[in-house]
Amino acid sequence: MFSFENFVDLPLIWYGLIATAIFLYILLDGFDLGVGVLFPFAPTDQCRDRMMNSIAPFWDGNETWLILGGGGLFAAFPLAYAVMMPALYIPVIIMLLGLIFRGVAFEFRFKATGKSRRIWDDSFHFGSLVAAFMQGVIIGAIVQGINVEERSYAGGPFDWLDAYSVMTGIAVVFGYTLLGATWLVMKTDGETQDWARKSASYVIAYVAVFLAIVSISMPIMNAEIRTLWFSLPNFFFLLPIPVASLVMLIIIWRDLHAGREYRPFFLSFGVFLTGYLGIAISMWPYIVPFEITFRQAAAAPESQSLLLVGTIIMLPLVLAYVGYCYYIFRGKASHESAY
Amino acid sequence: MLENLDPTLLARIQFAFTISFHILFPAFTIGLASWVAVLEWRWLKTGNQVYADVYRMWVKIFAVTFGMGVVSGVVMSFQFGTNWSRFADAGGSVLGPLLGYEVLTAFFLEASFLGVMLFGWNRVSPKMHFAATLIVAVGTLISAFWILSANSWMQTPQGFRVGQDGLLYPTGWLQVIFNPSFPFRFVHMITAAYLTTAFTVAGIGAFYLWRLRHVQHARVMFGMAMIMAIFVAPIQLVFGDLHGLNTFKYQPAKVAAMEGLWETQSGAPLVLFGWPDQEEEITKYAIEIPTMSSLILTHDLDGEVKGLKAWPADERPPVAGVFWTFRIMVGIGMLMIATGAIAIVLYLRKRLFDTRWFQYWCMALTPAGFIAVLAGWFVTEVGRQPWIVHGLLRTEDATSPVMGTSIAISLVAFIIVYVFVFGAGSYYILKLIAKGPEDAEAAYGDHGVEKPPIVTELVGEKRDQHV
Repeated sequence: MFSFENFVDLPLIWYGLIATAIFLYILLDGFDLGVGVLFPFAPTDQCRDRMMNSIAPFWDGNETWLILGGGGLFAAFPLAYAVMMPALYIPVIIMLLGLIFRGVAFEFRFKATGKSRRIWDDSFHFGSLVAAFMQGVIIGAIVQGINVEERSYAGGPFDWLDAYSVMTGIAVVFGYTLLGATWLVMKTDGETQDWARKSASYVIAYVAVFLAIVSISMPIMNAEIRTLWFSLPNFFFLLPIPVASLVMLIIIWRDLHAGREYRPFFLSFGVFLTGYLGIAISMWPYIVPFEITFRQAAAAPESQSLLLVGTIIMLPLVLAYVGYCYYIFRGKASHESAY
Repeated sequence: MLENLDPTLLARIQFAFTISFHILFPAFTIGLASWVAVLEWRWLKTGNQVYADVYRMWVKIFAVTFGMGVVSGVVMSFQFGTNWSRFADAGGSVLGPLLGYEVLTAFFLEASFLGVMLFGWNRVSPKMHFAATLIVAVGTLISAFWILSANSWMQTPQGFRVGQDGLLYPTGWLQVIFNPSFPFRFVHMITAAYLTTAFTVAGIGAFYLWRLRHVQHARVMFGMAMIMAIFVAPIQLVFGDLHGLNTFKYQPAKVAAMEGLWETQSGAPLVLFGWPDQEEEITKYAIEIPTMSSLILTHDLDGEVKGLKAWPADERPPVAGVFWTFRIMVGIGMLMIATGAIAIVLYLRKRLFDTRWFQYWCMALTPAGFIAVLAGWFVTEVGRQPWIVHGLLRTEDATSPVMGTSIAISLVAFIIVYVFVFGAGSYYILKLIAKGPEDAEAAYGDHGVEKPPIVTELVGEKRDQHV
């Protein structure tokens, strides 16, 4: 039996790794869920085909990050997994059902003909919409805190549902839509791209509004978060996060109007990063807010050590070949030299 | 009414439903991935277009099946927590890393290279494409490795200690991963997956031969499937027997339920058929072969075989379910072996591809592998009851603190959605089969995805020789 607990801070490393996996999931599945949300609003069927094709080689790999987030949470912080799943039972199941409907649509849509194709168009759109909304609801429920007694969830089946979590649900739908629209700006051209650009510049206003609501409401709702952000000198260290977010939103908006194709997508990543960091800092050091810290939930050091070995070897490899696959399917080669 | 529902029973039904549905897809894709890799290799090696056509046809079926496997699999990764959170808490330190390794070493590999395999025809060289197919095939095997290791650990746990807090802590990873039942379960399941695919392919090949459609392609499908039936089906009998002996050693109560034996005895009979009665603790109307059970399980006519009464009533699995699903599995195995034997005879008479009744026979056996796989899993999972981790944690103590009503509603939702979605998937697979290989449309990657000119220029000429 080996264990690195005497050499490194295992729970902290794992907290960082799981947070990174979940963040990568949000980014990567975020843009393809966003494409699904935008799907029925596209001007023509041809556009829709292109939208679908732009993500068809990737969606499966993107969803794997969710399994890594869920599986990794189970592996590295089993207590957090065991408390959160019962607490979020209903939204998690609805999200999974949404993911089923959209996932199968990729294959079914191209096999279907005539009217039945419509079914899979709808299945793709509503599945994506529901999954995105439920993920936002889950975030909203988590940041408000989870009711725990001993080592189990102690709340009711609908504790997750309130106006706030519905608001965060809508916020995430808009956020993902921004990712999806800027992805399409990057990966398509002509009619589809024009429409995607227009959509992105509408959506970005909503994203800004919701980011502001969440940023203001979280310190108001919770005294701990308030002291964390507004005590000195923390305030000055943390101030760059919302400022960076605002600056990036403005640049995206200008880029969209200036006809830039690549930068809006990557800057949308940046906006998500600041939002995610903001929430992660507010929750620190809890993994089940505001009951269980990541240290309390950590698996045995031996377990975290074993998994760490595999992760150090495999994760760079995974990132490399995921990157390679994106490279194989790089689109619009004629535009490549422009950026 | 809903308040009286037993959450444990509901959680079990829901888990059984989602996992049973899920296992059908991997059982098919594990075999299919390896088989299409062989097809592509034959095609690259021989340049014979028939292999390419067959590959193209089956890779579409593979894609639909794999997609359904992914979405039903994502559900599984959450079901440990939604349905068995106390088990997830107690066993997380031991089992979690195995599942983590599955994601890291297999899922990303499969998911990423599946994209290349399906859409990459015009974007990578044929060799690279073959490599992608191969990687996906290997990925499915690695995935099976980890998940079967985790499942086997729940059957035959070792390499852990029970902490003072009641949680399980690992003490030796090799012992955990290579627990006693794992090697047997792994080869048994992989072989089962290969046979499942082989008999599905055989049935469809037989259908084309019977209708005299796509005869050249059908001969490839049918011929390769028969090779599997001839050589692999009998080997599976040996693997199954070894697996059974392993279970006899580590989970004797399960074997007693499989055999329908209640009394501990030396020279125990083999109960062929009968009606096990849990209440009266007897197998009624039993048709027995004297002393055969002892011979099979102990390789000794007088060997002692423990009967179910050796365990208290609350430590016995539900006998009838285990007893009958075991017979279904073994019966199908026998039919598969018989298929191989008939195939040899017909081959030697040069009638393998045009014997009408044998074509009906193979068409009838198309779903046989799926039924056998499900039956086999019911034997091993129901046979483990009342334990979720054998001898350590009871299923009823492992449930999540979720209301019966929530589980009941989500169970109904799962049933409706799965039947609709996977029913549609099966329909599209049937459509692909009805369409057949020859009038294959343009390669997968062609619908709409733009080709980067650089790649097309560089390798475009070379590609034309192959496509």
